[in-house]
Amino acid sequence: MEAGQPLTGIDNHLIFEISSMSILLSNITKKFGTFTALDHVSLEIPEGELVALLGPSGCGKTTLLRIIAGLEHTGEGRVLLNRKDITDQDVSHRGIGFVFQHYALFRHMTVFDNVAFGLRVKPRRSRPTETEIAKKVHALLELVQLDWLHDRFPDQLSGGQRQRIALARALAVEPSVLLLDEPFGALDASVRKDLRQWLRNLHHELNVTSIFVTHDQEEAMEVASQVVVLNHGRIEQQGSPSEIYDHPANAFVSRFIGQTNVFELDEHDSEWLQSSGLIFTAREGKVAHIRPHDIEIEKSIDNSGAAATLKDWQHLGALIRIELIKNGFNGSDATLYAEMPNDQFKRLQLNKGDKVDLRIRQAHWFH
Amino acid sequence: MNAIAPPLINIKNIEKPYRQQALQDPDWVRWSLIAIAVGFIFLFICLPLGLVIFQAFSKGIAAYWSALSQPDTLSALKLTLLTALITVPLNTVFGVSAAWAITRFDFKGKSILTTLIDLPFSVSPVISGLIFVLLFGAQGWFGGLLLEHDIKVIFAVPGIILATLFVTFPFVARQLIPLMQEMGNQEEEAALSLGAGGWKTFWAVTLPNIKWALLYGVLLCNARAMGEFGAVSVVSGHIRGVTNTLPLHVEVSYNDYDIIGAFAGASILAALAIVTLILKTALEWKQANR
Amino acid sequence: MAQSSVMPGFRPTLGFAAIYLSLVVLIPLSTLVFESFKLSWDDYLHIITNRRVLSTFRVSFSTALAAASIASVFGCIVAWVLVRYSFAGKRVLHALIDLPFALPTAVAGIVLATIFQPSGFLGKLLIDTFNLQVAYKPLGIVMALIFISIPFVVRTVEPVLLEFEPAMEEAGASLGASRRQIFTKIIFPNILPALLTGFALAFARGVGEYGSVIFIAGNIPYVSEIVPLLIVTKLEQFDVEGATAIALTMLIISFVLLLLINLLQLWVRKRSGQL
Repeated sequence: MEAGQPLTGIDNHLIFEISSMSILLSNITKKFGTFTALDHVSLEIPEGELVALLGPSGCGKTTLLRIIAGLEHTGEGRVLLNRKDITDQDVSHRGIGFVFQHYALFRHMTVFDNVAFGLRVKPRRSRPTETEIAKKVHALLELVQLDWLHDRFPDQLSGGQRQRIALARALAVEPSVLLLDEPFGALDASVRKDLRQWLRNLHHELNVTSIFVTHDQEEAMEVASQVVVLNHGRIEQQGSPSEIYDHPANAFVSRFIGQTNVFELDEHDSEWLQSSGLIFTAREGKVAHIRPHDIEIEKSIDNSGAAATLKDWQHLGALIRIELIKNGFNGSDATLYAEMPNDQFKRLQLNKGDKVDLRIRQAHWFH
Repeated sequence: MNAIAPPLINIKNIEKPYRQQALQDPDWVRWSLIAIAVGFIFLFICLPLGLVIFQAFSKGIAAYWSALSQPDTLSALKLTLLTALITVPLNTVFGVSAAWAITRFDFKGKSILTTLIDLPFSVSPVISGLIFVLLFGAQGWFGGLLLEHDIKVIFAVPGIILATLFVTFPFVARQLIPLMQEMGNQEEEAALSLGAGGWKTFWAVTLPNIKWALLYGVLLCNARAMGEFGAVSVVSGHIRGVTNTLPLHVEVSYNDYDIIGAFAGASILAALAIVTLILKTALEWKQANR
Repeated sequence: MAQSSVMPGFRPTLGFAAIYLSLVVLIPLSTLVFESFKLSWDDYLHIITNRRVLSTFRVSFSTALAAASIASVFGCIVAWVLVRYSFAGKRVLHALIDLPFALPTAVAGIVLATIFQPSGFLGKLLIDTFNLQVAYKPLGIVMALIFISIPFVVRTVEPVLLEFEPAMEEAGASLGASRRQIFTKIIFPNILPALLTGFALAFARGVGEYGSVIFIAGNIPYVSEIVPLLIVTKLEQFDVEGATAIALTMLIISFVLLLLINLLQLWVRKRSGQL
C-alpha cells in the first residue's frame, strides 16, 4: 500500500501536458539580517532532470528552493525559467509545483478538494469545468495510488499518504518545475525507502524538471540524476552521483558524500601510505581521503612490520565494516575503517587483535 | 557542468521593492485594517476609559476627593472589599480541589461535573440574584425559617456574598483544569514514589507548576467579585451605607444625578480594572515564559 | 467510582467540590425550576405571552444577535491585525482588548450612557450630523453589548490565527491562488469554528447582560426594555412568580440557542475535517 509497486499503466499523456523547463539561477545572494544564506549562487539545471540540493542544515538549500518557487524574495540575482526572467513574478503566477516539508495539506478540505484546489482557483476563463476537474483529480489520485482515500481529511492519513497527496496536489496544475522540500524528511525509515524508489519512477514517467532538498547524501545519491552540494551558502560541486562520489571537487564534498578516512599528511604518514601500497608522487596534496572500500586487508605474516591492528567489526548487511588501529611510528594510534563483502571477510578468518597488512587502492588528494 | 556561463540576457541586480502578492496583504488593505481595528478599539475601549477620568475630575480634584470621602462611598468600598475577601478564597479552594479531582482521577460523571462548573457563566447576572431571592427571600423556601431566627440574607450582606460566590464560581477551576490536564501527573507520581505525602506533593510539586495559572484565575475572580453588578443589585436592596457595594453606589449616585460621585466611584473600579489588566498581561507573559 | 491512580486526595477533593457545587450553584439554580412548578401552565402562558414581556424578549435577543454579529466582524479584524501586522502601540492595544472583562459593567454602563446620550460627546455629534439617536433606543443596547462582546470574539479567534500554519498559505499561493482566494478558501474556513464559538459566547453573554445596558437603554417599555430589567422590575413589584417564569423562559431559550450554535459548530468542524 505504501508505494513501491510500479505505477499504474494509465496513459498520463492524456491528462498531463507538462512541458518540462530548464532553470537558470544567476548570482543569487540572499541575506537574513547579517547572516548570508546564499552567496553568489549560480546554477543551471537542464530540463527533465531530477536534481538533489544536498547539504548540511543551514547551508541555504531550502532558501534556494524557496527562491526558485518565489516564496522568498530573491535579494540579489535573477531566476530564469526557460530563459525567461521570472525574478519579479509572484509565486502564484510562476506555475511551479511545490511539495512542502510537512506537506501543508489544507486541513479543512478532503483529499479530493486538496488536489482540486489549484484547478478551482484558476481564473474563470481558463478554469476547467467541475467534471473535467473531477476526472483529472481522480486520475492524479490513481497515479499516486490513493484514489480510495479521496473523501478523507488530511488528519486521517498516514505520513506516506499525505506525502503522495501533496505531490498529486502540486502536479494538478501541470507545473513546469516540481520543487520538493525534504520530501522524505518526516517519514519513517521503511516508508522512506519505498517512496524514494517511487519518486524516481514517477519522475521517469512524467519527466518534469524536479528539484528536491535533502540533507541525506544516501537519499540524494539514490534518487537524483544530478546532485548539487551546498555548504555555507555556496555551491561546492554539481554533477551526477557517480561524478560526485568518484571525483569529489574538494575535501568538504569528499567528506560529506559517503564514508572516508582522512589522513593529514606528515612524513610518517606518507611513508606509511607508501608501505601500504598507495603510489603517489610527492606533492599531490596535504590531505588524503581514502574510501573504506579502497582499503584491502590481509593477515600479516610479519607481525612487527604490520600496518594496522584489527580492533573490531560491524555487520552492515552485505558488507562488513572493519575498525582498524593504525600502528603509528611514535605511538600515535589512529582509527581507520575498511569495508569488504561479508564472505570475503569470512575467508580471511581474522580475530580481534590480529595484525593486518593493508593495500590501499586509491586516494583523493586535497590541499 | 560545474562552470556557469553568464546568462544571455542583460541582468541588472536591482533590488526592487517587490511584494509577494499572494502571501502578503497589499499596503492599502493592511493600513485600512489597522485603522479599523485601532478606531474600533479606541471608540469602544479607550474613549470610555478616558471619559471616566474626565468626568470624575470635571469639577476639580477637591470635588473628586470630597465625593470619595463621603461615608456612603467609603462604606460601599468596604463592603466591596469584604465581599471579595470572602468569596475569592472560597472559590479558590473550590477551584483547586475540583481541578485536582477532575484532572487526577477518573470517575463517573466527570464530564458532567466539568460542564456544571461552567454553568454560572451562562446564567444572566439578574437570574443569579433572583435564585437567591427565591431561596432566602420573604416568600422563599427558607424565608420563614430565617424570619423566625431573625436572620437576614436578602437585602443584607450574606445575600450579596452568596450572589457573588455564584457568579465568580468558575474562574479559578476554569484556569486550572486545562493546565493540570495538560501537565499530567508524572511529576506528582515521581514525588509520591520518592516518599512524599499527599500534602507535601501538592505544595512542593503541583503548586509551583500551577501558581501562575492559579494567580491568573484568582485575579479574574477578584475583578468580577469587586465589579459584579446585576446579581448583587437584585439581592442588595440598595440600602445606602449598608448594602451598597461600590458598583451599586455608582448606579445610585448616577441615578441621583450625582455625576461626580458616580464617576469618582467608577474611577476606583476603573483603576481596579487597569491594575487587573496590567497584572494579567504580566502573568500571561510569565506563563508564556515558564 | 474506582480509579487506578495512586494519587491521594480523591475523596476529600471530589467531596468538597461536589458539596460546594451543590450548595452554591445547583440548589440555588434548581429553585428556578421548582418555583415555576407552582404556576399552572395557563398562568405561565399568560405571563409569557404578555405583550410587554414578548417585546422585551424581542429586544433582548435581537440586540444580542446584532451586537454579536457586529463584534464578530470587527473582532476578527482586530485579531487579524494583532496577529499578522506589527505597528506601534500594538502591545497596548492587545492588553486593552480585555478591558470589558475587567471593567465592572456598571462603570461601562454609565460611561457609554454619558457618551451616547443626546447631550453627550458622541450622542450629540450623531444626532447633529446623521439625525441618529443612539441612547434610549435598541441601537444604544447594541452599542453596550458590542463593548461586552469584543474580548469574547478576539480571544477565541486569536489563538487559531496564531497557530495557523503559514505553509498552508504558501501552498495555496504556489498552486496559483490569489490573496483573496487564499483568505476565503484557506484562512477563513480554518478560523470559522473559532469565530462561531466567539459569536456564541458573545451572544449568550449579551442576552443576559444587565449592568452595561440599563443606563444607555433608558428602559422604555416596548422600545428598549430588556428581559433582565423586566425580571428586576417584577421583583421590585414583589411579583416573584412573574419574575421566575420569565427568568426560566429566558434560560431555556438561551440554552436551546447555545445548543443550536454548538450543533452548527460541530457540523462546520465535521465538514472541515477538524473532528
